[in-house]
Amino acid sequence: MAGTVTIPGSSVPSTPLLKDELDIVIPTIRNLDFLEMWRPFFQPYHLIIVQDGDPSKVINVPEGFDYELYNRNDINRILGPKASCISFKDSACRCFGYMVSKKKYVFTIDDDCFVAKDPSGKDINALQQHIENLLSPSTPFFFNTLYDPYREGADFVRGYPFSLREGAPTAVSHGLWLNIPDYDAPTQMVKPRERNSRYVDAVLTIPKGTLFPMCGMNLAFDRQLIGPAMYFGLMGDGQPIGRYDDMWAGWCVKVICDHLSLGVKTGLPYLWHSKASNPFVNLKKEYKGIFWQEDIIPFFQSATLSKECDTVQKCYISLSEQVREKLGKIDPYFVKLADAMVTWIEAWDELNPSAAAAADAENGKAVAK
Amino acid sequence: MTVEVHDGEVDIVIAALQPNLTPFFEAWRPFFSRFHVIVVKDPELAAELQIPSGFDVKVYTKSDIQGLLGATSIDFSGHSCRYFGYLVSRKKYVISIDDNCLPAKDPAGVTVDAVTQHMINLKTPATPFFFNTLYDPYRKGADFVRGYPFSLREGVECMLSCGLWLHNADYDPMTHVVKRNQRNTNYVDAVMTVPLGAMLPVSGINVAFNREVLGAVMFPGLRIRKQGNHRWDTLEDIWNGLCAKVVCDSLGYGMKTGLPYVMRSDAEAGKALESLKDWEGVKLMDDVLPFFQSVKLSRNGVTVDGCVKELAGIVREKLAPKNPVFAKAADAMEEWTKLWKSHGAQSA
Repeated sequence: MAGTVTIPGSSVPSTPLLKDELDIVIPTIRNLDFLEMWRPFFQPYHLIIVQDGDPSKVINVPEGFDYELYNRNDINRILGPKASCISFKDSACRCFGYMVSKKKYVFTIDDDCFVAKDPSGKDINALQQHIENLLSPSTPFFFNTLYDPYREGADFVRGYPFSLREGAPTAVSHGLWLNIPDYDAPTQMVKPRERNSRYVDAVLTIPKGTLFPMCGMNLAFDRQLIGPAMYFGLMGDGQPIGRYDDMWAGWCVKVICDHLSLGVKTGLPYLWHSKASNPFVNLKKEYKGIFWQEDIIPFFQSATLSKECDTVQKCYISLSEQVREKLGKIDPYFVKLADAMVTWIEAWDELNPSAAAAADAENGKAVAK
Repeated sequence: MTVEVHDGEVDIVIAALQPNLTPFFEAWRPFFSRFHVIVVKDPELAAELQIPSGFDVKVYTKSDIQGLLGATSIDFSGHSCRYFGYLVSRKKYVISIDDNCLPAKDPAGVTVDAVTQHMINLKTPATPFFFNTLYDPYRKGADFVRGYPFSLREGVECMLSCGLWLHNADYDPMTHVVKRNQRNTNYVDAVMTVPLGAMLPVSGINVAFNREVLGAVMFPGLRIRKQGNHRWDTLEDIWNGLCAKVVCDSLGYGMKTGLPYVMRSDAEAGKALESLKDWEGVKLMDDVLPFFQSVKLSRNGVTVDGCVKELAGIVREKLAPKNPVFAKAADAMEEWTKLWKSHGAQSA
């Protein structure tokens, strides 16, 4: 793996563990065996397990982990009628974990994702890379051709304005996957044997104004900066669509981050995605989404937020109104979704009362355009 | 996607800022030898050029530039001499590499064929409307990811390919001085499209483009007062790239960045300190970037040439009042459209 020449006398700063400031949120319906492989990296942290499906099933958490576990009964008990915004029989339920977390940062990972190796054969500490990504600024206003300028061995290139070199706070760190790539069902069917074996050694900021498909398999974010926008929508049981939970959150998050001058990074870390879900099942879930996204993308590309939207919550409520008005015409699902978005914010503020007040104060500093 | 590169569709255009080009040409021989090579000698370089045999090469000197163009307000000295090569080329594609760059090696130790990689970038679609998290979806082993709208998967034509540099990276003089021992050893195995609306600093060190379509915007417009032969004493390529990006965005063309890498030598690295005192770039870019981020070309522009004329007018109106270098840039842009019409807008 590429290294750098160290200047004599300098030291490479070590990444803080943040063990009391970060929660790991894991949705599961099967088991948590995958945690054994992650133990060296995850054990210092508090886990929030969101158990989907049958609440009477007992999910075993490997010994030695500090965790809280919520099943559907817990979600219903804690949220009451507002539990309607949390999906059932879909990993979208994980966003309940974001809501109940009390930490500044969240890392979420799927239960079929394992530790990958970098090109030198070394195990990748994905969590450490996410922390580095979140703790260093983003550069959404001008593309740096050497990617993340804050990484060891890189910097801003010639022509990069000095006034922009402080960067913007990083709200989201979006990691990638080796082995089974995150393809939609049609692509999976056409390329069933394709595996991602290309390790791209870069982290980069997604430019302001550009949308992207955010995958929830390997994702970390600053809850205080963007948490209320990380609603994973209405998916799964009783809903006409699935496998668009993270996509929906990603589009909302990016529009809001762009408005509040927050950054979104993508690239490293990689993890090893082991399981390809059934493409026929996926196709049924995604089917409507494949058509709807043709309208959804232009909607988000042209969505605007007013200057008055100076907190994430206000931005999100405004988006929900626009969803209701513009996307509601496509299908009544979006009216339900808009309602759920509002319910989510109400539930978030109820469960995070002092955070809501602090967010008002902190985001008041963010420049709303 | 298989990409074919025909000998007759590419010109390699090299600006000679140093006389002894033998090591350069020998190193690039496997990749250059089948193409026509245009070497433009820096008008201020006195010494004779040394170029090894075995290349289909044509050298243009100061007298050729003056002979063809006559009196022109565009200063073709230093790194700007390369653009004369764009005027006289008759090929569809041009690839340009600085004369202090050699082929790089990838992590497997294989020598990188920068020419072929640039051509792959130019001949496969770009995807500016939505970011693909697995980068170039047309690369072998990659594709569009879940959530990527199907209507956007045809992509658009890529007009410019910006390559990168191992070892001596393209930094401004401040960074060179502060990080004098830092070398770029990170080989990032990706090509990606720079999204619509996103601006970037295009480095002229390692670049390729569709000359037939984009040639009219590939000019040396911005000349800082103390422009020199070190790359950090210039911003002409940065200005050029910003203009090209605005035009590409307006006309629905794409730009890619990433592979290929070239290996850039240390030759200049130690001298940055001398440039610090007068380096205008520090302040200029703070005016330049906001301008390009907010400029909107009218829907009337359907050709690159038309866009350039419109852009030159906006530069004159909005930027020129801030600094005379911008007025001169607008002049150069307008002059270039004339030169391009008379000399450049032709194919083989």
